[in-house]
Amino acid sequence: MTVATKSIKFIAVLVLMMTSVLAFANDGAQHQENHHEGGNKVDTPEEIKEYIAHHLKDSHDFHFYTNNETGTHVSFPLPVIVWTSEGLRVFMSSEFHHDDAGHVIVEKDGVRLTKIHSQIYELEAGAEEVVFDDHHHAENAHKVLDFSITKSVFGMLLTGLLMLLAFGALARGYKKGAIPTGFGRVLEPLVIYVRDEIARPNIGEKKYRKFMGFLLTVFFFIWILNLLGLTPLGFNVTGQIAVTVCLAIFTAVIYLFSGSKDFWAHTLWMPGVPYILRPLLAVIELIGFVVIKPFSLLVRLFANMTAGHFVLMSLIALMIVLKDLFGPVASTGMSLVLALFISVIEILVAFLQAFIFTMLSSLFIGMAVEEHDHH
Amino acid sequence: MDQLLNDFSPGLFFMQAIILLILIVLMRKFAWKPILESLQTREDGIKNALDSAEKARLEMQNLQADNKKLLNEARAERDAMLKEAREMKDKMIEEAKSEAETQANAIIEQAQAAIEGEKKAAIAELKGQVAGLSIEIAEKVLGKELSDNSKQEKLVDSLIGEATLN
Repeated sequence: MTVATKSIKFIAVLVLMMTSVLAFANDGAQHQENHHEGGNKVDTPEEIKEYIAHHLKDSHDFHFYTNNETGTHVSFPLPVIVWTSEGLRVFMSSEFHHDDAGHVIVEKDGVRLTKIHSQIYELEAGAEEVVFDDHHHAENAHKVLDFSITKSVFGMLLTGLLMLLAFGALARGYKKGAIPTGFGRVLEPLVIYVRDEIARPNIGEKKYRKFMGFLLTVFFFIWILNLLGLTPLGFNVTGQIAVTVCLAIFTAVIYLFSGSKDFWAHTLWMPGVPYILRPLLAVIELIGFVVIKPFSLLVRLFANMTAGHFVLMSLIALMIVLKDLFGPVASTGMSLVLALFISVIEILVAFLQAFIFTMLSSLFIGMAVEEHDHH
Repeated sequence: MDQLLNDFSPGLFFMQAIILLILIVLMRKFAWKPILESLQTREDGIKNALDSAEKARLEMQNLQADNKKLLNEARAERDAMLKEAREMKDKMIEEAKSEAETQANAIIEQAQAAIEGEKKAAIAELKGQVAGLSIEIAEKVLGKELSDNSKQEKLVDSLIGEATLN
């Protein structure tokens, strides 16, 4: 019974993700009109560009919208955890009062901190306020190591929790009978899909088992995060370069450490090639496996998700940009249709990118663990 | 590229690594391992069930073939027995027939012999009677002859006529 309730909850969240595309369009508009930097509406192309750039970045609070007339922000703060020159400092992001331009200075036990473009800076000793140079870089402040529970970290924790609940329920379901019931019937084919279509053919029947934990986790982690990015909650976790770098490094570490003797023999001393060429080939192969393959993984995911968010938000912004040209109804309608269209494509891309990442990871692992027949 | 590097947050990277690591460990323990094991057992179960069904089908086929063979054998045996019985019946009828014939022949022969004997006895008796009669007649004739010749003749004639009537 508890399993059933849990899966109903999970379905509710998933349905929210899937159907919130329209809501995103409306919400996004509201968001943009009410968003401010000093109380102004976002309606010039420059402001829109800045707003989109701001959205694509990580943020330290969970912001829903701002009411300009009363000046209230509807949001909830997230904890800021930073490692400063004086040690660890923990406080809530609400202390910055939604400032993102370095105006508000928070003082914590002798350390002055401020937030500029979603990043936390520590002011140098004695400095009272941030001094910017011509390129709008802070002159008397430096970045700190930021372990905050940012919006992205929050999204990842949420995804992790969802996965544990949903798949934990599926796992418990097998104790009652060999065939899952309820939402498990949706999840089981997905697990089988990853196992039979991604892992088995690429890694091989003998060795795929060892890597299933990583591949399944990564597949569902990326997929759910991609889908979360399509909700009006405005997550852009898989569009954070740090996240995709981390995922790619995990893959690289796994295939480099599970490489078979044959793999290293072929990489470092390619048989069947003139001896003079072998060191050259070894360098090329090594760079390929250590740098290029992980790089292709991380850039592909990052660029796809970032581009998706960028295009979607730009299309929503058409509503404002083209208002003078076509009138409010036509521009809203056009923006709605185009945003809806691209959202449907993004739902496909969300799955596709998760699939491609997992597919390529298992392909690289397959290359590394393969045992060749002796020539 | 500069922008990308600027956006790269080591803190987020660190948090992501920790979260992913913990998630992989937890998911392995609480989800993937039991799920994959259950799937494996289920698939093995299905495979075994299919195999045993196939085996049962083959066994059934063999059994049916055996049955058919047995049936054929039984039928052949029955046919053989019937044939034997028929032959025996024919033989018995034949024997009975020939025996009856010989017996009938013997009886007929006996009957014929008896008839012949009776006939001979009858003829002999007749002969004796005729002789006795002849003697009587002769006596009577002789008695009358002595008196009248013509009467004697008449008597003989009448006697003979009587005799033939007899």
